[in-house]
Amino acid sequence: MAIKAQPPSGPSAGPPQAGPRPLAGPAAVPRSRGAPSHWLPKAVVAPSFLLSFLFIYGLMAWNGYLSMSASRLLPNYEFVGLAQYEALFESERWWVALRNLGIFGGLFIGGGMALGLLLAIALDQKVRVEGLLRTIYLYPMALSFIVTGTAWKWILNPTHGVEQLVRQWGWADFSFGWLVDPDRAIYCIVIAGIWQSAGFVMALFLAGLRGIDDSIIKAAQIDGASLPQIYWRIIIPTLRPVFFSTLMVVSHLAIKSFDLVMALTAGGPGFATDMPATFMYTMAFSRGQIGLGAASATIMLATVAAIVVPYLYSELRVRK
Amino acid sequence: MTHHRPALRGTCIALAVVALGTFNLPAHAGEVEVLHWWTSGGEAKAAQALKASLQAKGHVWKDFAVAGGGGDAAMTVLKSRVVSGNAPAAAQIKGPSLQDWAKEGVLASIDDVAKAEKWDTLLPPVVSDIMKYKGSYIAVPVNVHRVNWLWANPEVFKKAGAKLPGNWDEFFVAAEAIKKAGLTAVAHGGQPWQDLTTFEAVALGVGGADFYKKALVQLDPASLKSPTMEKVLGTFKRIKAYTDKGASGRDWNLATAMVIKGEAGMQIMGDWAKGEFIAAGKAPGKDFVCVAAPGSAKAFTFNIDSFAMFKLKNEANVKAQKDLASAIMSPEFQETFSLNKGSIPVRMGVKMDKFDDCAKASSADFGATAKSGALLPSLAHGMAVPSAAEGAIKDVVSQFWNSDKMSAKDAMDKLASAAKTK
Repeated sequence: MAIKAQPPSGPSAGPPQAGPRPLAGPAAVPRSRGAPSHWLPKAVVAPSFLLSFLFIYGLMAWNGYLSMSASRLLPNYEFVGLAQYEALFESERWWVALRNLGIFGGLFIGGGMALGLLLAIALDQKVRVEGLLRTIYLYPMALSFIVTGTAWKWILNPTHGVEQLVRQWGWADFSFGWLVDPDRAIYCIVIAGIWQSAGFVMALFLAGLRGIDDSIIKAAQIDGASLPQIYWRIIIPTLRPVFFSTLMVVSHLAIKSFDLVMALTAGGPGFATDMPATFMYTMAFSRGQIGLGAASATIMLATVAAIVVPYLYSELRVRK
Repeated sequence: MTHHRPALRGTCIALAVVALGTFNLPAHAGEVEVLHWWTSGGEAKAAQALKASLQAKGHVWKDFAVAGGGGDAAMTVLKSRVVSGNAPAAAQIKGPSLQDWAKEGVLASIDDVAKAEKWDTLLPPVVSDIMKYKGSYIAVPVNVHRVNWLWANPEVFKKAGAKLPGNWDEFFVAAEAIKKAGLTAVAHGGQPWQDLTTFEAVALGVGGADFYKKALVQLDPASLKSPTMEKVLGTFKRIKAYTDKGASGRDWNLATAMVIKGEAGMQIMGDWAKGEFIAAGKAPGKDFVCVAAPGSAKAFTFNIDSFAMFKLKNEANVKAQKDLASAIMSPEFQETFSLNKGSIPVRMGVKMDKFDDCAKASSADFGATAKSGALLPSLAHGMAVPSAAEGAIKDVVSQFWNSDKMSAKDAMDKLASAAKTK
């Protein structure tokens, strides 16, 4: 994720408007049907199209079917209608998972984007060692969630993490046991998640900020707008497309969050930090309830679709 | 790729030479592919012993070892192999899951071996019932782990002026003394399965063997909501005050390490904990003590590893599979394996003179409880009820342990509904 900084001001501040001319323009010579150029592209694309069709959509459909079957240890095809979904929504653990997804999703997306935007704006103030700071903030994104989770597990553990450290500094009554408190553990996951993704969000916003034409800002300054006003009224609204793409990236991270939870709390204490993804894994793979796991996977798919489809729709419509 | 060929050919020749040279291939030589997760330390050594004994009979051993303990990963691989019609000869499956697999119609009967070797007389009925589906043996037991153990550091007990507990009242007296001495009384790992391991030890100690069987094996709703269960839950929750704050999510062996280092007084855990003590150079009876979990001296909760035998097509391989079954039940293998693994032989009457005192006590209790009816399957280790119900119960127990808001009454209602999970 290397962001090549464009000079903050100067003639070339805008985004590159004209890319290289497309190589494959309308052909001047009419092609005959037998020519390789006619069938070759299709032939080259066909295997990957077929594979992705089979292994993405085919398996989605299979999962959908399994969610309406009586599958337990092994897939079986006895049709039971919506019984698995009924069992799913009667399960307390599933509701905990959904509630956690709500808390985590809301705070992780909101917090991550707010913090990322603040960092980007701060870095945009022509600070001296910007390159170094940018790298530092972006660095957590280079780690896998497993590393992040394990590191934060140690940091937040009451017996050898922050609590212990502060106590050693002299505050003997200091207590920070969120990680072991079933009601608060989910916020630990939020903290670790934001730590990891804020730098990435910052990079996206920073790229957006650099793309804003400097003359607009100068014009606003001449009109007597203060810096906060410029950001609030002009710059942030111009970043709208960046907001959307960032939202897409972070929200799918939130919904599929699995490794972070596994490494940080493994769903514990008890199942207090279970998420739909960890719920699905537990049911389908450790407890021999494939049908129930498939039903939860379908609900997750529906959740993702509910976010992605409207977005794709609006994107594709704009392009026309 | 040509440069690989000579090497490959060399290997083939070498293999052929080995095959022809070392054993005069008998006509019935078959291949046994065995799925197991004995990939570390003593376990791997034990698996080697089994491999050697089959090779001595002229069969080809093929490992199907899947790394990543616990077996979730291995089970996933196994499922896909079975679904695609390419099952291994045997796989490490235990407890009621055997019945689930048998119901899918993929397991083979090994009754002829069992009858010839009189397994019915060598195994306690409560164990052989688990190995049978509709009256036929479909699996071979390997070893027995006793789950209801209490591991204690005598040094810590001396420092605190406490004595080893024989029942739960004494347990809390000892725990209080250790806590007053500034140490952690109970080393606990706050993972759901460890919560459940402690819970079942309490249920056995407070309620007794009959209650345990009714409530946690037969899942009788009346027992799950009885005053005894309320008492069990109360006692279970009392233990939490004697664990340390960092227990949540801790692995069992790290909890054992606390006892080894003298940071904590005791741990309730199965006899695999012994391996940790011994690996740390501690001697049983001197540096650490094993006693039955409070109030459960006359009972025995078992965790038995076993191999399920899959249906195979090739005649020679079926023969090899039967030899495997017979080899696993042989006194030699039962002894070697358990010595390496820290468990005890499941076959009764194996000589125990090479084993340590904890294992000798365990073996004596195994025989005694088999007669008295207090030999019980462990709920926390997938021996008592199908995995779906076990998981649901585990959720409730773990939630009760961790939550300060949940009353014993709520927990009992939830247990009763969890028990109905299918």
